[in-house]
Amino acid sequence: MSAFFAIVRRDLLLAARRKSEVFTALFFFMIVVSLFPLGIGPETALLRRIAPGVLWVAALLAAMLSLNRLFAADHADGTLEQMALSPTPLALLVAGKTLAHWLTAGLPLVLLAPVLGIQFDLSARSLGILMLSLLLGTPILSLIGAIGAALTLGLRGGGVLLSLLVLPLYIPALIFGAGAVEADMAGLGVGGHLSLLGALLALGVFFAPWAATAALRIALE
Amino acid sequence: MLTAHGLACDRGDRRLFSAVDFAVAPGQWLQVEGPNGAGKTSLLRIVAGLAPAADGRIEWDGQPVAQVRDEYHARLLYLGHAPSIKDDLSALENLQTAAAVAGRPLDEHTALTALRRIGLKGREDLPTRVLSQGQKRRVALARLLCSQARLWILDEPFVALDVAAVSQLCEILDEHLSRGGMLLFTSHQAVQLGGTPSSLRLGA
Repeated sequence: MSAFFAIVRRDLLLAARRKSEVFTALFFFMIVVSLFPLGIGPETALLRRIAPGVLWVAALLAAMLSLNRLFAADHADGTLEQMALSPTPLALLVAGKTLAHWLTAGLPLVLLAPVLGIQFDLSARSLGILMLSLLLGTPILSLIGAIGAALTLGLRGGGVLLSLLVLPLYIPALIFGAGAVEADMAGLGVGGHLSLLGALLALGVFFAPWAATAALRIALE
Repeated sequence: MLTAHGLACDRGDRRLFSAVDFAVAPGQWLQVEGPNGAGKTSLLRIVAGLAPAADGRIEWDGQPVAQVRDEYHARLLYLGHAPSIKDDLSALENLQTAAAVAGRPLDEHTALTALRRIGLKGREDLPTRVLSQGQKRRVALARLLCSQARLWILDEPFVALDVAAVSQLCEILDEHLSRGGMLLFTSHQAVQLGGTPSSLRLGA
């Protein structure tokens, strides 16, 4: 387990030394979300209607921006080989890297979303549900993204391929995440949507590190 | 004890080498030689367990490596072409992280002692991107000083080192061999070490 925490710590330290990468994704999220109220104008009913979808789609795109580098840097400098040779299972180390990715690319989106949601005239209750759905949903994005990043590792033009590969897989998270907020605004219960998101997350936590590890082993050969 | 029987490696349709046999016992070292492209790095990667062999088997203490993988990797230290160093971390952070990932966390004092011995005194806390190629190499080699591994597999360990560092590295390798360690490395230059030497020529 100490190797797991060492990887999380190292990746957070690296993110802290290269703040620009983290902030680029955050500003991207802020700007994309803010363009909609500016483009549509002060029609609160319409804005409220599209808010969950807009915020969620922007979160998907922002979380994807930093996926390219998830394994590529480690692959280039040989650290990935050392991870593969560790007595600690590689899947555990991959899980550590995914956790670090979520902490730097997912969690900030969750914290920023309610502030941006105000532009769409969302109620405090809806903002709370939005945060909750993103809190459950953004780790899924990091987990699925790790599989995509591992599969496209070492390919030329891997960046575009990665988005084509990963975005369709994000659809279930998008439907249930945005759906939870919409259901709440329509006065329906949100339990079902959030439970399904939680189930997706549990599945992802158990299977995504293994899948990503299998892909990484192929890339290393 | 590391033994290899009939190892073969394919690169595309071409067979790089075949029927390679060798054994390394405690206190022994094996230098892999051969022209560029003979498959030296491929051989080391196969022995380390990073790539599969096209044919043949590798045994650790008489058991196939595939069956005792965790045990084998806990006793193995592999330094490849890429120095596995993060440019944005300091030498100290690099060394400590590498040790923790290898399953043997280092305390700061031991890590600092190793870095000073390898000639990086005063540069322990600088980000490694400001260091020269040779100094980066030394950061990677500092791992040898803290290693408890019995088998060292080093790919071109003498590259980019100055004369003083080369003799220091030989000293470190000698100490490892006199402790009963095993050593497998590639190099184009002739190396004098203690312990029992042997060499393997690929692509002859």
